[in-house]
Amino acid sequence: MSVTEAPPAPPARAGARKPSIRRRLVPYWLLLPGILWLLVFFALPMVYQASTSVQTGSLEKGFEVTWHFRTYWDALAGYYPQFIRSLLYAGTATLLCLLLGYPLAYLIAFKAGRWRNLVLVLVVAPFFTSFLIRTLAWKTILADGGAVVDVLSTLHVLDVTAWLGWTENNRVLATPMAVVCGLTYNFLPFMILPLYTSLERIDGRLHEAAGDLYATPATTFRKVTLPLSMPGVVSGTLLTFIPASGDYVNAELLGSTDTKMVGSVIQSQFLRVLDYPTAAALSFILMAVVLLVVTVHIRRSGTEDLV
Amino acid sequence: MTQQQTAGGDVRLTGISKTYGSFTAVHPLDLTVPQGSFFALLGASGCGKTTTLRMIAGLEDATTGTVSLGGRDITGLPPYKRPVNTVFQSYALFPHLDVSENIAFGLRRRGIRSVKKQVGEMLDLVQLGDFARRKPHRLSGGQQQRVAVARALINHPQVLLLDEPLGALDLKLRRRMQLELKRIQTEVGITFIHVTHDQEEAMTMADTVAVMNGGRVEQLGAPADLYENPRTTFVANFLGTSNLIGSEIVSMGTDVVVSAGGGKLRLPGGRCPSTARSGEKLLVGVRPEKISLTRTDDAAAIPDGRNRIAGRITDSSFLGVSTQYVVESRSGTVLQVYEQNIERDSRLVPGAEVVLHWNPEHTFGLDADQSVHAGAAGAEGLEEAA
Repeated sequence: MSVTEAPPAPPARAGARKPSIRRRLVPYWLLLPGILWLLVFFALPMVYQASTSVQTGSLEKGFEVTWHFRTYWDALAGYYPQFIRSLLYAGTATLLCLLLGYPLAYLIAFKAGRWRNLVLVLVVAPFFTSFLIRTLAWKTILADGGAVVDVLSTLHVLDVTAWLGWTENNRVLATPMAVVCGLTYNFLPFMILPLYTSLERIDGRLHEAAGDLYATPATTFRKVTLPLSMPGVVSGTLLTFIPASGDYVNAELLGSTDTKMVGSVIQSQFLRVLDYPTAAALSFILMAVVLLVVTVHIRRSGTEDLV
Repeated sequence: MTQQQTAGGDVRLTGISKTYGSFTAVHPLDLTVPQGSFFALLGASGCGKTTTLRMIAGLEDATTGTVSLGGRDITGLPPYKRPVNTVFQSYALFPHLDVSENIAFGLRRRGIRSVKKQVGEMLDLVQLGDFARRKPHRLSGGQQQRVAVARALINHPQVLLLDEPLGALDLKLRRRMQLELKRIQTEVGITFIHVTHDQEEAMTMADTVAVMNGGRVEQLGAPADLYENPRTTFVANFLGTSNLIGSEIVSMGTDVVVSAGGGKLRLPGGRCPSTARSGEKLLVGVRPEKISLTRTDDAAAIPDGRNRIAGRITDSSFLGVSTQYVVESRSGTVLQVYEQNIERDSRLVPGAEVVLHWNPEHTFGLDADQSVHAGAAGAEGLEEAA
């Protein structure tokens, strides 16, 4: 198709008086606190971290920059199972969050009516308790001989999950399933809130228009609601996947040594082994991997095209 | 589809009503819209016109009554199974689809694969050929409106429902789109049901207008018929402006003679409500453009047999084509007069003593048991102001 209408050239601003220098500097002054914040708490630590990752030495003799890039290779070679596990657990938890969160967000946005605010508060309510305590609570919930395990065991669900490699020995705690459950639970609100926001913005009349144009409710969802909620899906999955892939609390508290995620490794390298270069290198590799996954994800969903 | 059309596609509403809790939006209503007509539902906001339209579209469930289309009862059908399409007030274009995909939406949902030719024809019909790949938010209001019309029309619905589709456009564009819609309707021959609060819009576009008020149809007819023969004060005031004068019937015959403000007025017996009895009260109405103004000095020149009321000009405003005068009669009734600006009498200024006179044929009678001001609350609120 040929576009006959070329966008009009912006009119030349002839005669417009140049604002004084002070006026032109105002935006930069307003930006200053934010820039300083980023500089002190983001850029500087990054540089420091980067330099740490290429240092060698020990805590007693001190570390110095020797441009030892081999640390990266060693870290990757030594801990790639944890990397893969992290991405797998975080990915599974993100998917579960999406499957659980979307219907709930849809319900809040379109069907909750006057209960909407109450339900939203309920979604956020767990956050009033500390992350650690909530995760510890799951330890009790999934404990051996607890109600959950009993029911799942009686229903032979645990046989199926054991066959899939998610659980073992008729227990849930200290298995991949427990870690994924914890991740899903802890990051669910980060999925629901952006989903709700983007669903709530959809004009209800679009649903009527689709129905009027012969779309069944299911088709309306597939062709109108879902595409229009993609910005929420993308930001929800990012907000869930990124922190989940770096999380170590769930793996530490609900898992075992076989379910360690890369976050646990970094934490122990920094705080227990005191091998700072390896810890820093692992952090950078994780960052790069997450960045890669996220970029591919955004590209594929093509949300920049949406309003 | 063509088979259904030949079977006759009258829209028939039978006893249809809608209540929300204790509020009745639409009182039981019977209405038949003949196939191929341009039908307008006219009324102020909240009169139930949009609810009626939405019940035809299936977007609202009727509390009682049935909707049938070409003899087929469609009351229980969901919107996506009804052979009707709607142009929404806000257009409701899909923001994630471009113009041609918006237009093709209905065809695709019915499993039609090759939509290109039909979409192209539709784009030509609404003159948007160059905009096929644009997203709706990059179109002007008038263009969006045309996309909304094309998106509905491409499905060849038996009935096209228009819910105040021109409300968001400025006056000039609205006038143009009115003619455009009328042209399209004549071209495609589909039944249009148009909801509007703009009486001028309804009168220019529609073959038949139903004036709605408080969830009921006040009067139904051709625009000229409604204008000339309003049956209620609401219709008399809502469609244009009317001068309504309280009076008492003196005698009845082929002509009815009434006394008003000390004088006598005559009107044709056929234009009186059938309930009118000698000695009872009657509201006498006359449209402002039917009245002529003559200075009291020249009153001798007025031909015999015309209705006359003497009064004084209290206000005049020049409108270009015509001049609008406000005249207060001796008995205190405020009347409006529109005089064509052909030969302006420069002595007709506020304060001048004048005689209003008009052909008795142009007088209509209304039941006196209703509010004189019903329907006048809109732009022509002059009676309230006076």
